[in-house]
Amino acid sequence: MKNSILSLQKKTRGAAPVQEPFAPDPADTSALHVRDLTVAYYRKPVLWDVDLDVPHAVVAGIVGPNGAGKSTLIKAILDLVPHTSGTVKIFGQPYRRQRRRVGYVPQRESVDWEYPITALELVAMGLYRKIGWFRPVGQAYRKQALEALADVGMADLAHRQISRLSGGQQQRIFLARALVQDAEVYFMDEPFAGVDASTEKAIIEILQRLRADGKTVFVVHHDLETVRQYFDYLIMLNMRIVAAGPVSDVFTSENLRRTYGGRLTLLDRAVDAIGRTPE
Amino acid sequence: MIWTMLDTWIVVAAVLAGATCALVGSFLVLKKVSMMGDAISHSVLPGIAVAFIVTGTRSGTAMFVGAAVVGVLTAVLVHAINYYSRLEEGASMGVVFTVLFAIGLILIEQAARHVDIHPEHVLFGAVELVPLHLVQVFGFAVPRGVLMLLVVFAIDLSVIALFFKELRLATFDPELATTLGIHATYIHYMLMVLVALTTVAAFEVVGSILVIAMLIVPGATAWLLTRRLLPFLVVSVGVAVAAAVLGHIAAITVPPLFGYVDTSTAGSMATVLGCIFFVAMFCAPEQGIIARGFDVVRLRLSIGTQDVLGLLARAAERPGTDAGRLSASDLRTLRRSPFAARRVKLAAILGLLRMKGLIALRNGSYEMTVRGKEQGRQILRSHRLWERYFYDDGNVDMSELHPAADVLEHYTSARLGDDLSERFAGEYSDPQGRPIPDKE
Amino acid sequence: MMVDRLLRVLTLADYNTRVVMFGTVMLGVTGGVVGVFLLLRRRALLADAVSHAALPGVATAFMLVMAFGGDPRSLPLLLLGALVSGLLGMVCVLMISRYTRLSQDAALGIVLSVFFGFGIVLLGIIQRMRGAPAAGLNHFIYGRTASMIRSDALLIGVAAIVVLVITVLLFKEFRLFTFDPGFASGDGWPVHRLDALLMTLVVSVTVIGLQAVGIILVIAILVLPPATARFWTDRLAPMVVLSGVLGAIGAYAGTALSASMPRMPAGAAIVVSHGSLFVLSMLFGRVRGVLHELSAQRRLSRRTLKQNLLRALYECEETGDIATPETQTLHLLRARGWSPRELRMAIRLLRREKSIYQSTDGRWLFSEAGRVRAARVTRNHRLWEVYLLEHADTAPAHVDQGADYIEHVLGDELISELERAIPRFGKVVPASVHVIDSAGRPT
Repeated sequence: MKNSILSLQKKTRGAAPVQEPFAPDPADTSALHVRDLTVAYYRKPVLWDVDLDVPHAVVAGIVGPNGAGKSTLIKAILDLVPHTSGTVKIFGQPYRRQRRRVGYVPQRESVDWEYPITALELVAMGLYRKIGWFRPVGQAYRKQALEALADVGMADLAHRQISRLSGGQQQRIFLARALVQDAEVYFMDEPFAGVDASTEKAIIEILQRLRADGKTVFVVHHDLETVRQYFDYLIMLNMRIVAAGPVSDVFTSENLRRTYGGRLTLLDRAVDAIGRTPE
Repeated sequence: MIWTMLDTWIVVAAVLAGATCALVGSFLVLKKVSMMGDAISHSVLPGIAVAFIVTGTRSGTAMFVGAAVVGVLTAVLVHAINYYSRLEEGASMGVVFTVLFAIGLILIEQAARHVDIHPEHVLFGAVELVPLHLVQVFGFAVPRGVLMLLVVFAIDLSVIALFFKELRLATFDPELATTLGIHATYIHYMLMVLVALTTVAAFEVVGSILVIAMLIVPGATAWLLTRRLLPFLVVSVGVAVAAAVLGHIAAITVPPLFGYVDTSTAGSMATVLGCIFFVAMFCAPEQGIIARGFDVVRLRLSIGTQDVLGLLARAAERPGTDAGRLSASDLRTLRRSPFAARRVKLAAILGLLRMKGLIALRNGSYEMTVRGKEQGRQILRSHRLWERYFYDDGNVDMSELHPAADVLEHYTSARLGDDLSERFAGEYSDPQGRPIPDKE
Repeated sequence: MMVDRLLRVLTLADYNTRVVMFGTVMLGVTGGVVGVFLLLRRRALLADAVSHAALPGVATAFMLVMAFGGDPRSLPLLLLGALVSGLLGMVCVLMISRYTRLSQDAALGIVLSVFFGFGIVLLGIIQRMRGAPAAGLNHFIYGRTASMIRSDALLIGVAAIVVLVITVLLFKEFRLFTFDPGFASGDGWPVHRLDALLMTLVVSVTVIGLQAVGIILVIAILVLPPATARFWTDRLAPMVVLSGVLGAIGAYAGTALSASMPRMPAGAAIVVSHGSLFVLSMLFGRVRGVLHELSAQRRLSRRTLKQNLLRALYECEETGDIATPETQTLHLLRARGWSPRELRMAIRLLRREKSIYQSTDGRWLFSEAGRVRAARVTRNHRLWEVYLLEHADTAPAHVDQGADYIEHVLGDELISELERAIPRFGKVVPASVHVIDSAGRPT
């Protein structure tokens, strides 16, 4: 019963997608289709009733204030955190069956960079799924990983231990690992955090190339100034979806205010009260 | 059970050992460095062994100096290995304490011919032997082990009393402590020295492994019961004392029940401590697993009663003669009824409401009593205020208002309710145009 | 006489020695290999809790076997008991961390000590039982290799081979999930099951190690070899191999020591052997060894000192104010805020590499090679200043320090990149972005 709180619907504002009676269900055509997605940590809701339909071949930014649930959205889509409710479909199929078409770049801080591996070995991890159980990483795969490293301008550092790379270089090899996954939909958690200007440029070039190849990329992002420049689709998040659509439509001061400004403070307190009550 | 003077001394020694360990160990638990207690209790062994070999006696002072040195050494080494190898701290501890313990063990084995120390006593302690070594203090014959424990207990108590403020700050917020000029590192090393001293003193009674139980389990139990430092320490010491007494009694009474002789008091103390912790884990008044289970049931019942009252209050707004009257099947079949598939739950809740005198059964239908009407009105008010809030401030679709408000109304504290009313002072209807009942 | 015995042991002359040596060395290899992943999973102390939690299992198995009239010294049955209660202990650790807000640290301590305490209670009962061969049980606590018989060694051998085969087969998968469980799970790997498998391997190694090394020290064979290996390599595969080899060496040395010396417990001897290898590696290791790090720091600080003096002298020459040795010294002291001792040290270093020489009037002058070096150092410094100023929005006042810091750490590759970024200077030494005052200090 408590889930019902989490099924608040957006009041449809402005140009709502009008559905033709015989138009294909967006669940089947969009690259990412999310309905009623709700995530709670210890019963404290972090994401409320997220609905999304994102077309393919776009670079989509996910923006919102701290604690808005940006990373959680990605993790929930990838089944890394349990959902309280909701469905996620990728190209019309549940995520479980579409894993091969999905690539993931976690936050840089999520791993131990002192781990004894080289840049090349890290990138090769993106190929493990293709290699399959038990088999070692063969010469052909190593070559493929090396090519991906060259692609992000890191070929000469292939055999360096990963803690001896700069933040930008670490981000680049994370990206290279996702590239070798050869996926159709990518989820990147703050790839621009703490990187130098040239890495930022390199990442942007890669994003654009991915889009040109018809891939869909989701990027958790912090810097509002670069939103127009980097993305063609935008998801504005603050526990709930405030707005989602082409950047030119949704990146408005009104939406920004509603994303970053006035939160439902009374609601937050109620949510706290729910969170404090025992399971 | 035959209780002799020996038993009394054993219990005194065990109580003192438990209390001393619990006092110091509480800070290990609070600082979340419990396993440093494990590391130090293992690694003091070479310190003690060297003291034995050098002095040739079981001199207290030499042992304490040896232990304090090794205690600090352990902390420093763990830190250094952690820094250079960049392994996790647990691994650094594992390296330090196993190697030091192994060295201590070899030293003791090698020296066993010269000094009276047995490797087994290192581990299990020999509380049974404590009353056999007596010394004279002011004309009283007191076991040496007890005297040693008394001294260390006094040291621990006075250091903790002296640095109580600093310890509180350093355990709860080391960074703030450092900015306030209290060097958290010094406090840390001071604590490690205390742990080492305490370990040595408790060593004869409980042995080097079981001392970990005395250090950590009382503090962990207290953690389940309170979060204020002074009560925390009291509970922790109390648990240790109780475990010491019960532990010895259990050691001499329980095995005979199964046809065996008695068993180790130290092991029995640790087992009793484990049992106390286990009981606290389930039965602690707020954080216990059972209490939290009860809370859930109470909450469900309270939500259920509020739902029934809310439905009845809405029914009371209908025109007609049967306004405010609903049968059990009505309550289940109403649109959006939360009881659609919960016949048993509904029955329980209706019973509860009748017991509380909030509703009454007449001709097969339920209706609210005067007190029930008052509560129903408050619930309806809270519900409609929330709807208003969502609609005006929250950008939420009309069709979704009801379910959201349905949940929130149950979590509306008096304060929150007041704030809500203040936000909508002068509003008399919900978004669908239905009246919002008055507060009074 | 002791040397004779040591030789006989080391050359495996006796049948018994061969059996014991086979068992402990196999154990060492397995512990070393599995330990690598245990450490990388950051769960080192869980193995400690598991080994202590095994004691009541061993004691219960002993009592049960005796009650049913079997031989209570049968190793497989005792180890089965150890396995069961070790796993139970692990479950308790996980349960306490899940259902209470205590840290995992505390959960480990509680389980370790309480299980062990209960084990002691049972042991106490057994020791006071009539006719029970209780002496054998004490060996589980400190370890005793001498009692190892052929079937025990075979048991260890088989278990070791199984564990090793699993590790080799799943090497890639273990590497993936211990490094980045989030990515692994997103990539469709069954992370929880892999984790459970790894922990089962750890418990198995712990249990088969109990007899040889003992409850208290068995964690050492899992933790010490990988920690030692980390000082020699930055890559996982070599680390696993090295750790296995180190495990074998430590076990071999320890067993030999214990067999040839009186009153030398085997477990402790093995751990001390491992410990010696660790200390040596921590001091002399190629990767992050203490001496290696210290000498790298020393090299860097010397290079910095030399480069700073080169540049200071170069800038002195530029301003042309170096008439007498006294003014030159004053200049140099002021330019970098050196103490006279530091300056003497820097001069000695430069002189040794023949970058500068003392003229007859006592001033310090560049040699041919020295001037080239000084020009290069100064040029790099100023290129950085320009770069930071133009490309990185740094306030000019901070530029000098930033450039100072960077220039000493970076290699030629970066300098040529820098030249590409600021092409307008060609190969000349650009003018300083600061006005250098007559004292040689940038203003």
